[in-house]
Amino acid sequence: MKRRRKLRTGTVLAIGFAFFAIFGPFFAPMAPTSIDLRHEYELPSLAHLLGTADNGVDILSALLYGARLAGVVAVGSVGLSLLIGAPLGALAGHRGGVTDRVVMGLADVVQSFPSIVLHVAVVALIARPSVIVVVLALAANGWVGHARLARAQALSVGQLEFITAARALGASEARVVLRHLLPNLAGPLVVSATGALGAAVLAESTLSFLGLGPGLATSWGALLDQGASVILRFPHVALVSGGALAVTVLGLNLAGDELRDALDPRTRRR
Amino acid sequence: MGRYLAGRTLRALLTVVAVVTLVFVMVRALPGDPAVLILGESASPEDLAEMRTRLHLDASLFDQYLLFLGDVVDGSLGRSFRAPDQTVRSRVAEVLPDTAALALTATLFAWCLAIPLGVVAAMNRDRPIDLLARGVALSGVALPTIWLGPLLVLCFAVELRVLPMPGDDEGGVFALVLPALTIGAALAAALTRQTRGAMIEALGEPYVAAARARGLSVRRAAVVHGLRNALVPVVTVGASQLGALLGGAVIAEKIYERQGLGTLMLEAFAARDVPVLQGAVLVIAFVYVGIQFALDLALAALDPRVRLS
Repeated sequence: MKRRRKLRTGTVLAIGFAFFAIFGPFFAPMAPTSIDLRHEYELPSLAHLLGTADNGVDILSALLYGARLAGVVAVGSVGLSLLIGAPLGALAGHRGGVTDRVVMGLADVVQSFPSIVLHVAVVALIARPSVIVVVLALAANGWVGHARLARAQALSVGQLEFITAARALGASEARVVLRHLLPNLAGPLVVSATGALGAAVLAESTLSFLGLGPGLATSWGALLDQGASVILRFPHVALVSGGALAVTVLGLNLAGDELRDALDPRTRRR
Repeated sequence: MGRYLAGRTLRALLTVVAVVTLVFVMVRALPGDPAVLILGESASPEDLAEMRTRLHLDASLFDQYLLFLGDVVDGSLGRSFRAPDQTVRSRVAEVLPDTAALALTATLFAWCLAIPLGVVAAMNRDRPIDLLARGVALSGVALPTIWLGPLLVLCFAVELRVLPMPGDDEGGVFALVLPALTIGAALAAALTRQTRGAMIEALGEPYVAAARARGLSVRRAAVVHGLRNALVPVVTVGASQLGALLGGAVIAEKIYERQGLGTLMLEAFAARDVPVLQGAVLVIAFVYVGIQFALDLALAALDPRVRLS
């Protein structure tokens, strides 16, 4: 049977985003803060490939620096969410009883707040927005998804023979969870984390759009906010910055789906 | 049904208490100092100390919690720092109808578009109408709300000039159209995808074939027998998207310069008015818990399996 290689749009876009998040600032033609008042809000030209924004800032440069900010916040918040959520969820599923109720109860309470509202509340209640504060805000409810997944997986994997076998061989509970259970949950968690990166990029831009972002000068959301306020006369600012955001978020979401299909033998040949 | 109702009510009440506690913990236990938050980082130590006394920050945590609970229970939600003669409740009550109107319009738009579109698409798979439905479903993932808003403004208010610009006070009811479209789009996308999928599944079930065998028309069999069963997962997804809708209201209110709970939050943040901020957050969470509670009951009424499990 011949396997047709599917075009993995999401994976390509995700790798592209990762590339720009890491190396983007090296390609930026100028600093995202360099001011040129004579060339404010210019349409794309050879001098400014994507045009200029408020104060004559080069949009391409601002986007390239913004990609790094979005990448740092996304990787930081998703990493932190995984570190909190995965062990908590695995433990809840494995232990059951009171542990399970407490962890899942906490998850329910956190989810009683619309995501954006919780993010705004956390950032607004810590005196000065910064990258770390935004990462904390996104992780404040980001852990819930991973915890639910880890719990569900732990419930089904926990029934399998190798867990019983490990117990029968006299392994301690901690050893069972850390050495036997968690490694077997890694696959699904990696998939959900990839999709979560897209949501995190969007959340960072949304916070910046609302004026609560970490770096007001370089965030895609802040640039989009600026573009939205001058959309009557200079629509290119909002079109370009929002487009970069939309393509990135879509790409990361698709990449999560593609990774799941690639790892799951049941869907691979479809 | 009685037992189910009692259990759900108890759970909703517990959630409300937990939400209040979590907001208290966020305000008091996060690294930020409310006194610094209000007075700014350049305030003198004397002013900060005085503000801490005024905020009861020198009382024990337990006493502070009781004071906070008292403000919630008596319904005042505390007093605004910037305008001490106003309770937070009056500030919230002033703008709540605006946010409610926006959220309801958006929900109505999403359901009225998504359910018929999903049903018709499922009955005409791979025809043009189905491709349209799949396009709508994908747009929810591909168009972030903070981009869709400016795009709609550009298209309908700037280029076509058929709808009012943001901040236009003369807009009347038309001023609600673009904000509702902006935040309803994500919900419409999720609902279309879910309705289409659930209907395709329901149309393959034996009871639809049985209804057809009894002589019902395709349309009647699909709508009467298929849709009712398909609605259960659709309502569930609709409920899970409501948080995004309320959050989207914050974005839409900023883009379209409307007053509402979201604008109130952002203004309270800018003015460092902590009581108003926490009050707005609490009210949004209460509304969200309340809607989910109501939807749980609606689901139980729709599907006997839910209330018996």
